[in-house]
Amino acid sequence: MDKISELRAEFEQKLTQIADLVDLDRLRVDYLGKKGSITALLKNMKALSNEEKKTFGAEVNKLKGYAAKRVDEKIEELRKAEVEREIAAMPQFDITAPANTARGSYHPITLVQRQCEAIFKSMGFTVEDYPEIVTDYECFEAVNIPKHHPARDMQDTYYLTNGQLLKSHTSAAQNAILKKYGSRLQNGVPIKAIFPGRCFRNEATDANHENTFFQMEGMMVDKDISISNLIFFMKTMLSEVFQRDVKVRLRPGFFPFVEPGFELDINCLICGGEGCPSCKHSGWLELCPCGMIHPNVLREGGIDPETYTGFAFGLGLTRLAMMKYKVKDIRDFNSGSLKALSQFTDDE
Amino acid sequence: MFLSMNWISDFVDLSGLDKLALIQQFSLSTAEVENDIFFKGSDISGIVVAEIKSVENHPDSKKLHLLKVDAGDGVLTDVVCGAPNVRVGMKTAFAKVGAQIGDITIAPRKLAGYTSNGMCCGESEIGISDDNSGIMEITDDIPTGTDLKAVYEIDDIVFEVDNKSLTNRPDLWGHYGIAREFAALAGRPLKPLDTEDLSAYDALKKVDLKIEDPLCYRYSCLQVENITRTVSPVNMRIRLYYCGMRAINFLADLTNYLMLEMGQPMHAFDSRKVEKIRIKRFDKPFEFQTLDGVKRHVDENTLMICNDNTPVAIAGIMGGLDSEIVEDTTTLTLESATFDAASIRKSTVRLAHRTDASMRYEKSLDPEMTDVAIARFLNLLKKYDNAVQVVSALTDEYAFRYDTVELNFDKSFVDRYTGIEIDNATIIKTLESLGFAVKEENGVFDVVVPSWRATKDVTMKADIIEEITRIYGYDNFAVHTTRSPLYPVRMDEVKRNEEKIKDILVKRYSLHELHSYVWAYNDELKNLGMEVEDNIKLLNATNPNIETIRNSMIPTQLCQVKTNVGYAPDFGIFEIGRVVTGMTENNLVVEKKKLAVTLYSKTQDVKTLYFALRDMLAVIADDVKHTPLTFAASEPQHAFEHPVNRNTILMNGVEIGMMGIVHPEIGRKIDKKAAIVFAEIDMQAFGEQENTSILYAEPSKFPPMDYDLSVVIPKGVLFADMQACWADEGAGILRGVRIVDSYDTDLFHSETMRFEFSSSERTLSSAEVQEIMNRIIENLKAIQVVLR
Repeated sequence: MDKISELRAEFEQKLTQIADLVDLDRLRVDYLGKKGSITALLKNMKALSNEEKKTFGAEVNKLKGYAAKRVDEKIEELRKAEVEREIAAMPQFDITAPANTARGSYHPITLVQRQCEAIFKSMGFTVEDYPEIVTDYECFEAVNIPKHHPARDMQDTYYLTNGQLLKSHTSAAQNAILKKYGSRLQNGVPIKAIFPGRCFRNEATDANHENTFFQMEGMMVDKDISISNLIFFMKTMLSEVFQRDVKVRLRPGFFPFVEPGFELDINCLICGGEGCPSCKHSGWLELCPCGMIHPNVLREGGIDPETYTGFAFGLGLTRLAMMKYKVKDIRDFNSGSLKALSQFTDDE
Repeated sequence: MFLSMNWISDFVDLSGLDKLALIQQFSLSTAEVENDIFFKGSDISGIVVAEIKSVENHPDSKKLHLLKVDAGDGVLTDVVCGAPNVRVGMKTAFAKVGAQIGDITIAPRKLAGYTSNGMCCGESEIGISDDNSGIMEITDDIPTGTDLKAVYEIDDIVFEVDNKSLTNRPDLWGHYGIAREFAALAGRPLKPLDTEDLSAYDALKKVDLKIEDPLCYRYSCLQVENITRTVSPVNMRIRLYYCGMRAINFLADLTNYLMLEMGQPMHAFDSRKVEKIRIKRFDKPFEFQTLDGVKRHVDENTLMICNDNTPVAIAGIMGGLDSEIVEDTTTLTLESATFDAASIRKSTVRLAHRTDASMRYEKSLDPEMTDVAIARFLNLLKKYDNAVQVVSALTDEYAFRYDTVELNFDKSFVDRYTGIEIDNATIIKTLESLGFAVKEENGVFDVVVPSWRATKDVTMKADIIEEITRIYGYDNFAVHTTRSPLYPVRMDEVKRNEEKIKDILVKRYSLHELHSYVWAYNDELKNLGMEVEDNIKLLNATNPNIETIRNSMIPTQLCQVKTNVGYAPDFGIFEIGRVVTGMTENNLVVEKKKLAVTLYSKTQDVKTLYFALRDMLAVIADDVKHTPLTFAASEPQHAFEHPVNRNTILMNGVEIGMMGIVHPEIGRKIDKKAAIVFAEIDMQAFGEQENTSILYAEPSKFPPMDYDLSVVIPKGVLFADMQACWADEGAGILRGVRIVDSYDTDLFHSETMRFEFSSSERTLSSAEVQEIMNRIIENLKAIQVVLR
């Protein structure tokens, strides 16, 4: 019996000196393990009477229970101390230090183009891709600009040595798109397509002129497409693009591929139509040429102009990007300068 | 082109209407009006006709004169005047005390000791010409004291129309055509032109005239004599000046006036120089001196007006110096003609000489106008110079007539095109006001297009829609959406890939999207020690530096990297753009859309950067196509590629692109201390690969088992070679092999590979895994890969 109380005192004394879980586990094995001191006590019971065995065994078991409980208490104590130490060790961060926001960027044309595409996709338009190098037929003949037509003078076109050319307008895709979807018209499926693309004009560059720029053209063909529809779509699109209700006005404009053709103006975004230097005090900004697709263009695309009508419009994506982001020099877009272009991280 | 409201008002009564509102309406219905509208004469008041009664020299000034002026108010006014042309009896424009000239209010003022109670004005001071040589000389018989504005059209509203917006409207190059538009917009009648009846001279001899070239459509001429007037009437000069032309002399002014009024260019020859008018081209180029004194090279394509075989004018562009009206000219031959528009335009370009006349001819003028113009010219000539005599009959060769354009359409056509209701009466009224002859029965319209719109402008039904709607006013349109049925829209595969790739590169890898030009820039490439590789060229590049179309986007990106060295120690750029990689059998370019990526790093070694790029491409392939890429060593194809570590990129065994490292020669010129790697993917080839969807594998409920193998790998053995050693040995339970550790010594390369086994059906036994591994180890031994 004395051994039991001795052992308990010894265990207690050792336990107080324990500072970590490794030592504690060693202590646990020393006393409570299969070969531990407490278990060993039971091996000395042979000499005892059955009555004594019973009493002694109960005492040993009591000690065992006690020691196990103490070990558990110690574990909890150590764990708490450890958490306390961890808390104490945590420094106060300087959260006011500048954030690192370095990340990638889209070209601003991509951002503007995506916004425009999203608007038209939501209205059921397909988005068409088209080459940059096209034939004279695609760029001119097919869109009612025959040879010697004065409109060819208006476009300073880059020609290639093989007779092809860098497309001077996105209208170069019209013929192919009409042919691609024309057969579906008779099944009642209208042609609704937009075709963004890069265009080229052989001219000197300055802050307002680029020889390489982006346009987005769109068209819709069906049985009863009207001027009224055209104005509706233009107004809807531009209201979405500029995220506000824009006022539009149409003026007659001459473009060989449409008849009637229009210049579409929107009320100035800067002054709201009051007149300011941006709109040359007119209150209006000339934004996109548009019109009813010329019967010759439909015919050339294999569509009967007696049955079908359509509208087409062009939108200067580069110009739109300049307006939207207040870019003053058009040459910034193709400058390849990350100082300028890495700013367009996202716009959605 | 500048337009005068006074002039327009000659032909349509616009009284009581808001002129500015009309101009605005014109801009929205006809042609774009520039923003600045000029209120001529609005800053001028109190200027009267006065007579100079006496002139004395100023005692102390050589320039100044002391005048007594009768300004019509019963007294003589003392005026000090510095103009050289003062003389007694001369009538002039006099600004009385209190008069307004611009910002100046005239007040009594001391000049060199004498008080001047007013000012005699020059024409430039009043703003009616640029003549500042002296005070205005008034030769018309006007009582003194008359307000100048009461007799001369100083007050006017002048506006400018953008010439470009008149390109397709040959009828709008003169005030009469413009007035027709105003009449239609205002709903008021257009007055006929005052003309002279030319048939009165039919009995006179004809001019010897012959059109010998189909490029001349019509040539009308008339000979007149005895023009005594030299200075044009004031109002005529004011109108010319307001419309941007200088007064020269009566005859020249009158031809200009007629051009500005009717849009018909006219020319006056000395009749002695055009006895036999022939219109033709010459076989050979020659030199020709135009009336501006410039000697011009005229080629065989240029139509000429000739006196028999001597050229006297470049048709439709400019007269010759030798046939000009001179001092002793007595008889004039007036030309009013029409020529082939395209021919004039091309001659203008070749001569690099564009005139007011050629500008109009380029637009396809109405040939019906030539004789009317002469009749109008004569009317004005006689009005201002009644001594004039006509000495020939109207001589008129009409070689080419446009067909009369008749159009038929019904009301439903108009309804379909406009989408709104415009009633029959409005349609008829609108078309008639523009000069169309209209017949309507039961909603079917028969329309005859007036000759001035029938040269190219209005040829078909859709053109009629424009006429109706523009006068109706687009602002008055009710707008509505379409009634077309809806169908799902499928995104183009290449386009879809493009957008996904952009997102992956920007959002996941922090790359920057840049744009560039489709041609190679010789200079920039030279700076980096690169030659432009031969490829198809631009025919008409104004800048020889940009004449070759690029065959790869990588050189462009290397230039861009150079531009941005210093932006950051590490960055990556990409672009989806175009290149030309060759020609087809039909001599058409092979245009390819490519994704180009270039990475630059000062902090990572070239191997790390190259593998980062490889991983990027693998992620793109997996995200967009759910298909792995494979890479194969290949030979460099361009001088900018490093000879080592150039790889072909394949998907499903199909080549879709390449990746490589910059050649050190070029790399050094960009940045000696940086690693630069690049890749180019053919978007079409990539797009054509099958788009597999994600194959979901249910996670196994049984524990996986890993088996690590450390091996020593001899030089030249690739991971792909080792892969072949276990490709067929997995027994359906080898899920993957990863490299968990690798190191190199001088002697060997070592890797620890982790083989991951799992089954979805059972718990694996060590024995079966060991069996598989034993076979793999045997296979590896066969390629000299041994356990470490």
